[in-house]
Amino acid sequence: MERRAIFSAKVGFLFLAPALAFVAVFLLYPFVRVFLLSFTNQTLLGTTAPNPEWVGFDNYRRLFDFDRWMRLGEFGSALKITTQFVIGSALIGQVGLGLLIAWAFYRKKGVLRETVYTLVIMAWIIPETVVAFTWVAFLDRDFGTLNALLDAVGLGQPDWLFKHPLESIILFNSWRGAAFSLLLFSSALETIPPSYIETAEVAGANAWQKFRDIFFPLLRGHILTDLILITLWTFNVFTPFLLTGGGPARRTELVSIYTYRTAFHGQHEFGKGGAIAVVMMLINFALALVYLSLIRRRRVHG
Amino acid sequence: MSQITFENVVKRFGSVVAVDNVTLTIGEGEFVALLGPSGCGKTTTLRLIAGLELADQGRILIGDRDVTYLPPAARDVAMVFQDYALYPHMTILDNIGYPLKVRGVSRAERARRVTEVARELQIANLLERRPSQLSGGQQQRASVARAVVHQAVAFLFDEPLSNLDAQLRLEARAFLKHLQNELGVTTVYVTHDQAEAMALADRIVVMRLGKIMQIGTPLEVYRNPANTFVASFIGSPPMNLLSGTALVGQGQFVMDDETVIDMGEVYRRMSRPPLDGQEITLGIRPEHITIHAEPHPHAIPGQLYVVQPMGGETLVNVRVGSKLVTVRLFQDEPPALPDQVWLKPALDASFVYGADGERLS
Repeated sequence: MERRAIFSAKVGFLFLAPALAFVAVFLLYPFVRVFLLSFTNQTLLGTTAPNPEWVGFDNYRRLFDFDRWMRLGEFGSALKITTQFVIGSALIGQVGLGLLIAWAFYRKKGVLRETVYTLVIMAWIIPETVVAFTWVAFLDRDFGTLNALLDAVGLGQPDWLFKHPLESIILFNSWRGAAFSLLLFSSALETIPPSYIETAEVAGANAWQKFRDIFFPLLRGHILTDLILITLWTFNVFTPFLLTGGGPARRTELVSIYTYRTAFHGQHEFGKGGAIAVVMMLINFALALVYLSLIRRRRVHG
Repeated sequence: MSQITFENVVKRFGSVVAVDNVTLTIGEGEFVALLGPSGCGKTTTLRLIAGLELADQGRILIGDRDVTYLPPAARDVAMVFQDYALYPHMTILDNIGYPLKVRGVSRAERARRVTEVARELQIANLLERRPSQLSGGQQQRASVARAVVHQAVAFLFDEPLSNLDAQLRLEARAFLKHLQNELGVTTVYVTHDQAEAMALADRIVVMRLGKIMQIGTPLEVYRNPANTFVASFIGSPPMNLLSGTALVGQGQFVMDDETVIDMGEVYRRMSRPPLDGQEITLGIRPEHITIHAEPHPHAIPGQLYVVQPMGGETLVNVRVGSKLVTVRLFQDEPPALPDQVWLKPALDASFVYGADGERLS
């Protein structure tokens, strides 16, 4: 059948216009503004507030001052902590947990599956502040549920957010975001015909062989998509701030928290904050490019 | 190659009894078809053999080995699925060789054995391709090859031909039968197509609602259907089943619409004849009725409905009362018939079934 346009290109553009206007006002304009800001010494208060000066790459030089940048509270340290956080909570935690749960309940029905799925999805949809508060309560040294349980079996009462802050937020974020990977993988698993698995079972494959030879290759595309999306999201996530405030002693200061502290705390250095935002944007952009090229390669090679 | 034995096997899914107390022996090297409509339990029976379902009661033996509770991997059978289940991310070589791979056979040995089987099945030129690059018929052969390379003790086929178009299906049918003759491996074949079962199997197991309705060679099942279900299921076109009342004293059969058929000696020859006035069903195959343009002794009147030329034969449908009776004529030329015709059943070849559907003889 011949395909004919319902509207002319002009009318089509008219329909797009509201969306484009929103994108321009709320995305493009702030982006340009932040980019320009990053080359100035604009602050919220003080003399540079009304009269910012053009400082060229000074802000960027300060970020990449390699004499001090791995110290806690500096950009290098924030990048390192973010990387650990992303690998721990996104790649291993969320993707791993999502895949494991989806696989464990493959072709299974019943109360247990429904309960686990409901709990995982609940963790995902509850508002951030509520979740953060419950976790602070859960991890509390003296009155927390976790320590009450550990104490009951004689494992002591460690002060989680003080002694193991990074581990705590990694655990928190794994729990918080596993639902997306779980839903993605469980719907991907449903597209695998049961006969594929049954053929392997009759042929004599064990659980590991089934995973390696059938599940994994057939899910590869989904795993890739999931990895990149989760990486991007986790890279920018701010919620751990509600648990630790970036501390103690900046030990959980992710890049997002570092940006916030630089631009909206203390000196309110908008210029330097803008520089961090631009660098983060470039990192995100690079990740997105990798993702898009991998997807494209998959399409070509089927 | 092994005998497969079912002893009082029951399989339930919730409140549904999918396999209802089935006892069955499939001989070594035998080709057995499980035949029945959807939901009759034939596929569940096959999956019980494979170990993809576990029986709730009874025992299943392969050879002398009780496999009732063994996992599929320990049963050493090979299964071919309706959708072929070829892995899209593997070449045909790797697909066929997969059962060998999971058993730890080396890559070189795998390639050797796969090539050997592929040559026998005439797909050796396709080994480097992916399943998506193969036609339906080629995919079907590849999935059979995967079963053959396995050197299993039994082949299990789950409607392997139903995804093929009609012409290819006949070709693949002949190929499968020939292959089974050559290899002599015990084969269980699930189908809902009675012609397929007749053509392929040494014995047919006709199932309905989880129960076995009849077991026999294709000819036995065709010539002596044990009940109205088998009678109506086997044969194309199916047997004419006329319900009515037996008037044993008068030697007559009165159809529900009062049409009277003179039964001659039929009741008298039966060792277990119906009671006088009993509700019975009279079964007559379409080829056991002759059609006449003029009134004929012992013939019943009917109105010509349609004539269907089938090529080598001709089917004639005649309305008798409220019933449509099919007559099969072994002639390619459709007969010229008036609207009013007379049907004469060959009563020696007819079947009498009781109200419960079981045959009286």
